[in-house]
Amino acid sequence: MMTPDADNKANIQSTHSSSVAGVGSRITELFFNKIHEKWRSIVVAIPFIWLLVFFLAPFFIVFKISIAESLIASPPFSSLFDWTEEGVITVRVIFDSFLYLVEDELYLDTYLTSIRISSISTLICLLLGYPIAYAIIKSPDTTRHILLLMVILPFWTSFLLRVYAWMGLLADQGTINDLLIWLGIIDKPIRLLYSHFAVYVGIVYTYIPFMILPLYANMEKLDMTLHEAAADLGAKPMSTFFTVTLPLTLPGIIAGSLLVFIPATGEYVIPDLLGGGNVSMIGKVLYNEFNANHDWPVASAVAIALLLALVVPMMIYQHVQSKEGVS
Amino acid sequence: MKKQRSTFLFSVLCFGMAFLYIPMVMLVIYSFNYSKIVPVWGGFSTRWYAKLFESEEVWNALTLSLQIAVINATFATLLGTMAGLALVRFGRFRGRTIFSGMISAPLVMPEVITGLSLLMFFIALQQLVGWPEKRGMTTITIAHITFSLAYVAVIIQSRLSGMSQSLEEAAQDLGAKPFRVMFDITLPLLTPGMMAGWLLAFTLSLDDLVIASFVKGPGSDTLPILIYSRVRLGLRPDINALATIIIATVAVGVLIAGWIMIRQYKKQKADQQMAAS
Repeated sequence: MMTPDADNKANIQSTHSSSVAGVGSRITELFFNKIHEKWRSIVVAIPFIWLLVFFLAPFFIVFKISIAESLIASPPFSSLFDWTEEGVITVRVIFDSFLYLVEDELYLDTYLTSIRISSISTLICLLLGYPIAYAIIKSPDTTRHILLLMVILPFWTSFLLRVYAWMGLLADQGTINDLLIWLGIIDKPIRLLYSHFAVYVGIVYTYIPFMILPLYANMEKLDMTLHEAAADLGAKPMSTFFTVTLPLTLPGIIAGSLLVFIPATGEYVIPDLLGGGNVSMIGKVLYNEFNANHDWPVASAVAIALLLALVVPMMIYQHVQSKEGVS
Repeated sequence: MKKQRSTFLFSVLCFGMAFLYIPMVMLVIYSFNYSKIVPVWGGFSTRWYAKLFESEEVWNALTLSLQIAVINATFATLLGTMAGLALVRFGRFRGRTIFSGMISAPLVMPEVITGLSLLMFFIALQQLVGWPEKRGMTTITIAHITFSLAYVAVIIQSRLSGMSQSLEEAAQDLGAKPFRVMFDITLPLLTPGMMAGWLLAFTLSLDDLVIASFVKGPGSDTLPILIYSRVRLGLRPDINALATIIIATVAVGVLIAGWIMIRQYKKQKADQQMAAS
């Protein structure tokens, strides 16, 4: 039997316990409120600081070294800042390294060769990649997924080994020469490896997925009924292509071309393995200045020069990407 | 007319796929060549595989590469997810332009520049604060995280912007704080994207030659560095064997991923039909 008193007690107890729980939850709430205020800044700050330290700061150091003097020492460059007796920092800027680049014809030549090779490779990638992307889009659903996977698959295998594969194909005793001799087109092996041709093949082969995928992504969003409309209105397939398809796929073309052009210009592995001593590209020169000649200021100056050539394409790429993100 | 066009597209596809795959097939075939001279066929043999497994150098390089790849993928996924969330869901904040620039720049930056600048940075840092004492696994891992996180961030960004915000809004309407919404709704929905990011960061790291050869120290040769030092001098049958193993591993992985993707796609379609009927 419950007396009113006991009932009251139970009531008190229950309110008491709930108030304890209330205090506890208030504390956690306060704690979470604190996190709520701060967590966003933490989430932004961690990757931000990482990139500032390990991505942006290194560029300033390269810039600094590119205007330092080359010394036979370790590290092999002069200090940019000197403490004078009055405690004033004098900045010594030496443009020797840049002058060296401009005066030596070899560097200018390499610079232009790199840009020429990567532009022509980009164009070949576009001419090959565009119909491939279009053909994939036009395939039935299941086939389309398989084809897309087949284009992505080389991405996941080693870049180095894909370049190496062409060494076997293009060698003097390699598959292509064997095939041509067997077909009776040539009598003795022709020089394919260690030539400009080999470098073009290597760049197109390794970079073509970078062209196909943005084109595919762009065409996927395309409204195909526009073609039918154009055809219904009597447009010839050719004029439909040039007036409807091509303008609509322009963002894909730009993104794909830049994704091929920018890294191909600074390519090191392909000109080294497939071009040998016969093809000189700026990435290779940079690596050799640094690795074989130990001329760090010149290597840094080459890096800055390469960056200058690529700054405009990179900014266009960024602009295209951010516009894509908005739409 | 229609038929002509589809024949054209079909031959384009055949040519494209042949171009992509014949070199790799040839690489695999010649790994079973007995002859020491790679392109000259001397009969079937698996002796180069045996030789490969005996080499301690290869094992050491592989172990180092895998260690770096796992640590890199984990950190890059963490940092990249944070960066992706910040860029898509946090609206405007101070320094957003620089931040988004630093996220997309590593994607197109020539490797020689990234490699050289990181090396100069590590050397300058060592002179200033004495760290890193020597270059090796740590410096390679830091370099890899820096460019991998950008790739992860791009994947997360595209997932987030393609994701409907209705669940997050519903949770918020029901009184959940933004922090809870993030952990209970957004992150679970992002898991597939984070997994894709992890895998991409893992392979990027396993694949990198140029940046690692700038920031490596003595005795810290990763697998690509080892392969490169061997193939620079010409064709090597044992490298063909190694390439075959790598290609086979990747192919199996991609096939499994593709199978899951197609199954999900079919399931999604079936669900849509169910909902429609």
